[in-house]
Amino acid sequence: MSAATSPRVLGHENYLNVSYGVKSWLLTTDHKRIGLLYLASITLYFFLGGAFAVLIRLHLLTPEGALVQAETYNKFFTMHGIIMVFFFLIPSIPAVLGNFLIPLMIGARDLAFPRLNLASWYIFNLGALFTLYAVASGGVDTGWTFYTPYSSLYSNSHVVAAALGIFIAGFSSILTGLNFIVTIHTMRAPGMTWFRLPIFVWAHYATSIIFVLGTPVLAITLGLVALERVFHIGIFNPALGGDPLLFQHLFWFYSHPAVYIMVLPAMGVTTELIATFSRKSLFGYHFVAAASLGIAVIGFLVWGHHMFVAGQSIYAAMVFSILSYLVAIPSAVKVFNWTATLYKGSVSYQTPMLYGMGFIGLFVIGGLTGLFLAALGVDVHVHDTYFVVAHFHYIMVGGAVMGYLGGLHYWWPKISGRLYPEGWAKLAALILFVGFNLTFFPQFILGYLGMPRRYHAYPAEFQVLNVMSSAGASILGVGYLLPMVYLIWSMRYGPIAGPNPWPATGLEWQTPSPPPPENFARTPVVTWEAYDFASRKDLRLAGAGLERLPAEPQD
Amino acid sequence: MQGGLPLFPERASSIAGRVDALFFFLLGVALFFSLIITVMIVYFAVKYRRRAPDQIGALITGSTNLETAWMVIPLILAMVMFGWGASLFVSIKTPPRDALEVYVVGKQWMWKLQHPEGQKEINELHVPVGREIKLTLTSEDVIHDFFVPAFRIKTDVLPGRYSTLWFKATRPGQYHLFCAQYCGTNHAIMGGWVTVMEPAEFQTWLSGGPAEGSLASAGEKLFHALACATCHRSDSQGRGPKLDGLYGSMVRLGNGQSVLADEGYIRQSILNPKAKIVAGYQSLMPTFQGLVTEEQVLQLIAYIKSLSLPRPSPGAAPPAPGRTPSQGQATKRP
Repeated sequence: MSAATSPRVLGHENYLNVSYGVKSWLLTTDHKRIGLLYLASITLYFFLGGAFAVLIRLHLLTPEGALVQAETYNKFFTMHGIIMVFFFLIPSIPAVLGNFLIPLMIGARDLAFPRLNLASWYIFNLGALFTLYAVASGGVDTGWTFYTPYSSLYSNSHVVAAALGIFIAGFSSILTGLNFIVTIHTMRAPGMTWFRLPIFVWAHYATSIIFVLGTPVLAITLGLVALERVFHIGIFNPALGGDPLLFQHLFWFYSHPAVYIMVLPAMGVTTELIATFSRKSLFGYHFVAAASLGIAVIGFLVWGHHMFVAGQSIYAAMVFSILSYLVAIPSAVKVFNWTATLYKGSVSYQTPMLYGMGFIGLFVIGGLTGLFLAALGVDVHVHDTYFVVAHFHYIMVGGAVMGYLGGLHYWWPKISGRLYPEGWAKLAALILFVGFNLTFFPQFILGYLGMPRRYHAYPAEFQVLNVMSSAGASILGVGYLLPMVYLIWSMRYGPIAGPNPWPATGLEWQTPSPPPPENFARTPVVTWEAYDFASRKDLRLAGAGLERLPAEPQD
Repeated sequence: MQGGLPLFPERASSIAGRVDALFFFLLGVALFFSLIITVMIVYFAVKYRRRAPDQIGALITGSTNLETAWMVIPLILAMVMFGWGASLFVSIKTPPRDALEVYVVGKQWMWKLQHPEGQKEINELHVPVGREIKLTLTSEDVIHDFFVPAFRIKTDVLPGRYSTLWFKATRPGQYHLFCAQYCGTNHAIMGGWVTVMEPAEFQTWLSGGPAEGSLASAGEKLFHALACATCHRSDSQGRGPKLDGLYGSMVRLGNGQSVLADEGYIRQSILNPKAKIVAGYQSLMPTFQGLVTEEQVLQLIAYIKSLSLPRPSPGAAPPAPGRTPSQGQATKRP
């Protein structure tokens, strides 16, 4: 099938062609359209945050700083962090793919609260407006972590506007989380038991718990910063009788679980990709599902590992260290199960699978370097150095963004009704993988050498590694631009995908692509387990070439 | 481009080798697992590649034995890492009792350091090789972080409290001193050098500085200038508690609790005297917040510490705090 033979318009009535005009989008309560609204918003914010990353890497080409003054550089990394964390990474998979897919995956017509869902998009963009105002009117220079008393008293930048933006956007996270939890509990189709849910849904359930329990703490914390800054109420500044460490406890109580907000959904996506493109039941389904919840729960108890050198007691440090090691176990369980799923599979190397395998590789490096940071004696040396910067970019960019792009490619035929160009997509995945590693691996070495983060200038001996990192970033940038171009192109010119192009087992593939406004013509009845290719005659697989292998002994 | 491609930092403190040892253990474990996962993924992906378009995988759904194995083995390894890291941390965080003391005040954007002998430095620290050095650090404004990569040590330096850090330099040389906690515009240039010298050279350096008198004597002058001596009399008849022998002792408070009289306690008692009232005394003392700088507080503390040291003879100048008599001799050794 080539683009030339594809019709320009898809025939059946679907959520894209059921109505036209700006109003039909801005007032929609269809979770699929809201997912696309989020897609448009966060793509914009991603490229804005990415522009700041480009400026950072250009500036760091020379030891004395090639581009701007110190103050401006500090605003670059602050805006990069704030935009990427709060306005891209946190909403990325849940608000776009989660919104679009959770009702489809569980056989529901929509989310439980469609209008709240639309409200959450408006709240999100209202928050973004405040933060963008802070950018446009001169920027913020506190770092995305807003550490007090710098943020609450000493910074001469637009802290309150930026914090208010994050405060407001937080409510959209809470609403999305609530919506997902209620939907997953109450709207599953007949036969869709908890243990038949795709892992993607489990991951979003775990993520939603963090949304609902964690986000309010961040909102309160930033509110307190604003109170201290505007009214000089002593909360965090010792000169006013406050405690600067209190801020760090409150901030990381949300912001560490927030890392799991970013990576849990990406793990959910990866699970779908690995199972679909191995055409095989997920190895250890119950363990992978439970690991999501385990990560969400233990993830709430490890915030103090951001404060090992901040002044907490030795005993507190030990408790947070041991808990940080415990949270590594469910992550390891997931990695081993994904790997075991490939065993005796029918593995194809289509683009989403490349992202899936890329995710595992980068997540393994990001996760294992987390073990270095959890080791108290080693953390003293690498804390607040580029080692940490490299580690969390491996998790948040190598992990979460790879998962997001993998998911976007995998469900693109469902979202748009059309296939993306496979050759270009494979090329982009390869460019991203190479560019990512070249950008961030040198930063591990820089960190152990002792280069602190948030430096606008650095000793000359660190230059070669910084130049390598900047070179990698330029490759990475190309890798991010490519999918945007060909995905948009494919919306009009891509070959028609059909309802289930891979094919895959989930309910979302049992309805036309793009799905009709009501998702399913009739409420589906689920009689199969998740990822059960072997008993799905409707997929018309397992014909030629299949030898039924005897099942492994079960316990 | 200057500097070439460095891959590993200099190692110049007694603790650095131990940090690197744990680092290499972690690196080994990380490489081992990365390699296993990568090899398995590549091997499975190639060996079980799809050979026919409609082929599906084998019906395998899991194995409790395997799940147990890959939970228990990583858990054991993780606990080894935890224990090793924690014991190393305790060593890093516990300063030896007989260390030389240096007082550090961070402010946007410089480090101000004072030696007990009175030498002051900015963004530089001179220390003798082979001696334990204990730093007592505080900040005048925001949070900073004192970081010497070659020593593998760092600590955040907070306003309103004291942090401590210790090291024993093992090789003479010049080593980077960085601020590692983002502190505003010139965060990146808030730093300088730690210069490690042979002991004799260090003695020459110490005696070559401006003769301002020791830190304790500066504190003593301040003690009288601020009229502290009016109440804190050495004959126990004053309205405030006697300060001789205070440092390092346990103080009974009016509310029945006891606290250790360390640097932090003395600092708090100067700046926020109402916080902890000594049993048997009235809350009469006014705050000295805003009247004394952080450096002056450190001078006062140095003086009060000197009152707890055994005095060789009445009227003689108090020995430098932090140096027991035996060390005082040791540093004089040629």
